[in-house]
Amino acid sequence: MALRWAWHALLFGLYVALAVPAATAEVGYPPVLPGKVLHFPDDGGAHPQFRTEWWYVTGWLTDGQGVERGFQVTFFRVRPGIAEDNPSRFAPRQLVLAHAALADPSVGRLRHAERSERALDPLAGASTGRTQVWARDWRLEWSGDHYRSRVEADDFAFDLRFDPAAAPVLNGEGGFSQKAGDPKHASYYYSRPQLAVAGSLRVDGATVPVTGRAWLDHEWSSELMPQGARGWDWIGINLDDGGSLMAFRMRDEQGGAMWAAGTLRTAQGETRALRADQVAFTPLRRWRSPRTGAEYAVEWAIDIDGRRLQLRPLMDDQELDSRRSTGAVYWEGAVRLFEAGREIGRGYLEMTGYAERLRM
Amino acid sequence: MSAVLRRIFLASLARRRLATALSLFAIALGVALGLAVQIIHSAALDEFGRGMHLLAGEADLQVIGPREGFDDAEYGRLAIRDEVADASPVLELDVRLPGRDRSLRIFGIDALRVAHVNPALMPLVAEAQRDERDLTVLRPDVLFASPAAQAELGVAPGGRLDVQAGAQVASLRIAGSVPGAGQGRALAVMDIAAAQALFGRLGRITRIDLRLKSGIDIEAARRALAAGLPAGVEVLTPQATEDQSAGLSRAYRVNLTMLAAIALVTGGFLVFSTQFLSVARRRQELAFLRALGLDRRALMRGLLVEGAVVGLAGGLLGIAVGHGVAALAFDVVGGDLGAGYFRGVAPALRFDPQASGAYLLLGVAAGLAGAWLPARDAQRMLPARALKSGDEAHMFRFRARPRIAAGCLGLAFVLCLLPPVGSIPVFGYLAVALILVGAVLVLPMLVRAAAHRWAGSRTVLWQLARARLAAAPGQAVVAGAGVVASVALAVAMAIMVASFRDSVDRWLTAVLPADLYVSAASQGTSGFFAPETLQRIAALPGVSRTMPVRFDTLRLDDRHLPVTLIARPLDGGSRLPLVGATAQVPTDEKPAWVSEAVVDLFAVRPGERLVLPLAGKPVAFRVAGVWRDYARQQGAVAIELDDYRAATGDLVANDVAVFLAEGASFNELAAAVRRLLGESTARIATPGEIRALSLAIFDRTFLVTYVMEAVAVLIGLFGVSTSFAALAIARRKEFGVLRHLGLTRREIGRLITLEGLLTAVAGTALGLVAGTAVALVLIEVVNRQSFHWSMDLHLPGVALLAFALIVIALAAFAARVSGYQAMRDSAVLAVREDW
Repeated sequence: MALRWAWHALLFGLYVALAVPAATAEVGYPPVLPGKVLHFPDDGGAHPQFRTEWWYVTGWLTDGQGVERGFQVTFFRVRPGIAEDNPSRFAPRQLVLAHAALADPSVGRLRHAERSERALDPLAGASTGRTQVWARDWRLEWSGDHYRSRVEADDFAFDLRFDPAAAPVLNGEGGFSQKAGDPKHASYYYSRPQLAVAGSLRVDGATVPVTGRAWLDHEWSSELMPQGARGWDWIGINLDDGGSLMAFRMRDEQGGAMWAAGTLRTAQGETRALRADQVAFTPLRRWRSPRTGAEYAVEWAIDIDGRRLQLRPLMDDQELDSRRSTGAVYWEGAVRLFEAGREIGRGYLEMTGYAERLRM
Repeated sequence: MSAVLRRIFLASLARRRLATALSLFAIALGVALGLAVQIIHSAALDEFGRGMHLLAGEADLQVIGPREGFDDAEYGRLAIRDEVADASPVLELDVRLPGRDRSLRIFGIDALRVAHVNPALMPLVAEAQRDERDLTVLRPDVLFASPAAQAELGVAPGGRLDVQAGAQVASLRIAGSVPGAGQGRALAVMDIAAAQALFGRLGRITRIDLRLKSGIDIEAARRALAAGLPAGVEVLTPQATEDQSAGLSRAYRVNLTMLAAIALVTGGFLVFSTQFLSVARRRQELAFLRALGLDRRALMRGLLVEGAVVGLAGGLLGIAVGHGVAALAFDVVGGDLGAGYFRGVAPALRFDPQASGAYLLLGVAAGLAGAWLPARDAQRMLPARALKSGDEAHMFRFRARPRIAAGCLGLAFVLCLLPPVGSIPVFGYLAVALILVGAVLVLPMLVRAAAHRWAGSRTVLWQLARARLAAAPGQAVVAGAGVVASVALAVAMAIMVASFRDSVDRWLTAVLPADLYVSAASQGTSGFFAPETLQRIAALPGVSRTMPVRFDTLRLDDRHLPVTLIARPLDGGSRLPLVGATAQVPTDEKPAWVSEAVVDLFAVRPGERLVLPLAGKPVAFRVAGVWRDYARQQGAVAIELDDYRAATGDLVANDVAVFLAEGASFNELAAAVRRLLGESTARIATPGEIRALSLAIFDRTFLVTYVMEAVAVLIGLFGVSTSFAALAIARRKEFGVLRHLGLTRREIGRLITLEGLLTAVAGTALGLVAGTAVALVLIEVVNRQSFHWSMDLHLPGVALLAFALIVIALAAFAARVSGYQAMRDSAVLAVREDW
């Protein structure tokens, strides 16, 4: 999903603003234009000319005891437009930021960790030509037929393999994903839903084998955020029948939807782009964070092209409070999707801009 | 002890107020000086250590190379290692600030990494300076100044600061602070890539701070990480780095402590002489007490308590004075006592209970030690005999101990041949002490021998004085030993400092051969001249020759501080102040000239191979000679500039020495250089200016030494006057008899003066000889082992002679004045005491 990048950047103290008008930018970032054809595996790699780019994996894991947990790992590449002509190895021409979290119901809240580095071989970087992005010992890599990601943090770690079942799903118009009324606010955006997960998870000092199902987003852009947005809500759900659903809406100051869109892929492999009038988010149950006082809708009714679906979280408290380090507060967590009371899929929900207005 | 006894013993101190006061004061001075030195240095060291701790942050290991840095590719190689949890690259620079007479330490850091390893260097963006993208910390044109730097430089966020980058001036925006830097630490932080580009250090870093994963053995990791590093780059624990730096000043600190110890010993000696004479005078009284039933032990205890009370009072006074002196010193000369070891460290005065307690004990010990011999003597006396008059005379009998004296002096000589212990010349100091003891033991023999030689003199007073000194040489020891010791120490210090200053003066002449010095990197800052600038200077009219100088530091191993590398045209070594043997270097080998410190610390000799890590590669040199260097205690290596350039490809220079062409005007050339380089980037100096500055620094370094020296002489003179005062009182019966025999009061005064004069002459003469010997030990052993530099002996003859005469005159005067007191009593009364 396209909008997450901005608050993630904020999370790392580097809000690489899409809101800044292009005229003030010191370097020329390429525009995102409709009609570009994405090629794989090339477009799975980095696009260093664009201002921001991320690879974002979310999913559900089950260990041998049947314990279910949610996980998330994100790698950002940012071209801040600084020191472009400095030949120094340390010149911050490209930054790599990474973030990982584990949703464990027995803990009742998220474990999370982060990495931020300037791209500097061999410590951190994002390769072109295929997906390969790393920040020290954290990495995400495409090796011909599967992805692999490794994350090491103090209180958790995972080493997971992701096997795709089908070709990438291109969001929007063939990968051109519009984010606001003005088409200049857009990104190139594809998803890899229905990734079969296998690997190991270390938590509380014990390493256990896990399996599961995951979702990968890859998105790059130069100027994405419309002005006047307070935050956004996004979902990416692997449907039990083999299909997938992505939907997002951007909220204005009053909480109303400024823009919405989505992609629905059926079990048969048919992909349908959802327009703004085909996606609606309605809060059902709210939860107030004891830490920040922010109130999040943790259960939603989602209307997709006439179908009414219901979203329920793995646990209520999946708020990530990093005010002490970077100041960002948001909710990002594992959810189940129901239709008529029956679970039809699992995935991730993201809600930003509830604790405070994002500084853009 | 009962109240009665307390009155008997302690009241005795009150009766001889002057003598007691002087002993007390001498002990107080010793304690005060020692304690002040201790307080000042421990505060400075603490502060220095805290600074290093702070900058090392949570690093377990630090990868450190030469001052000019090492290949920054090492960072990626090390940071990715399995043992390493976090790594933070640092480019540390001492940057000159144009238009200000100071430099600023700037740390180029990776703001994304630094918080993990050394949070103290984390920049904090000022709210108003935050740009909309919040990338301020990565911007190339901003600087974050610590609170102390902001205060000292008068800049604030939003303001700008000019810095010297190479030979250019760059203006940086102050975008925030470095809150972790703490109080009093003036430093600044900027992005490492920006610092590399701005200050001409592309591809180079000076340090990598490493935090290891938990459970990793630090020493094993240290060895493993060091294995693949370029030559001259070492992996050290922060503790080792700190120890090496602190070790640099250790010899200096020990030196000052030794001077203070001498003051303390002199104080103990004064207690001895006053107690000795007091016991002699109270002999009958003490015998009477014994006869009344006071047992031996109580007597001895009482007399020891007298000394201990003096020591305690002196110690308490010394503690107060010591803290006062330390406070004053912090204000006036700074935490390194002017020696330049802890530049930029601003320690605060704190009461040090441990050191205070230790020095108080030392003061009491000095008092006890001084009282020991007289007390033992009193304990051993036979009351029946001592009750009779004149028994005290046997106390002044002195057995000559030529063997012990010779033994002391011989042992002193042997000790001078021994190496230092942990870079402290322990045996040298012991030799000094033995020479002093030997000289004091020689004194009575000398006096007796001299008294026999004077036999030819005819006047009654001469005869009397001679007879007295020949018969009771103990008196000369008591009165003259203080003179010997203090004169010896003063003379030794005078000769040593004069030799040092003279050698430094001549050394400066040798190392400053040119007419004009242009410096881009004064005081070791990071400025430099590009090759084009060097060519332009060389092409100026009126220039006959230029000698560019390139400075760097080289780590020859991981146990020592880096040595300074000086690369400049050396004309086969003829441009260096060489000492000792030289070696012929084959034409196909590269010559290097090492300073004396390198010879001592790294055990290299002329003719041997010396591998220098240049540009990360080991480069073989042959030691062609040894030169004297008073500027760099940790060692320096000089090589030909061409060899340096060939090995490194580095063509810039930090300084240029310029020789004037025949008939060229100095002022015109200086003006031309100024026009070429700009007013504020380069410093232009004449050899005269540099020399004057260097000698001023020299004098400041020795300021404390001069003060201590004066104190030593002062205490010595105290000794003379207290001894004679007590002697005169002890001898008042003798003087009474002489009055009865027809001597006038005036004549007795002259007799006392004459005795004092003779004792002082003997003591001073011996002091001069002993002092010269001590000076030789100081120059050849103590200095050489402490600071690794040699010097040529230079005797300040006239000054020493004048000093000797003044001491003799003062001693005679002191004897006369104190003797006067004794003659106030009527002759009849004085004699009647005997019956």
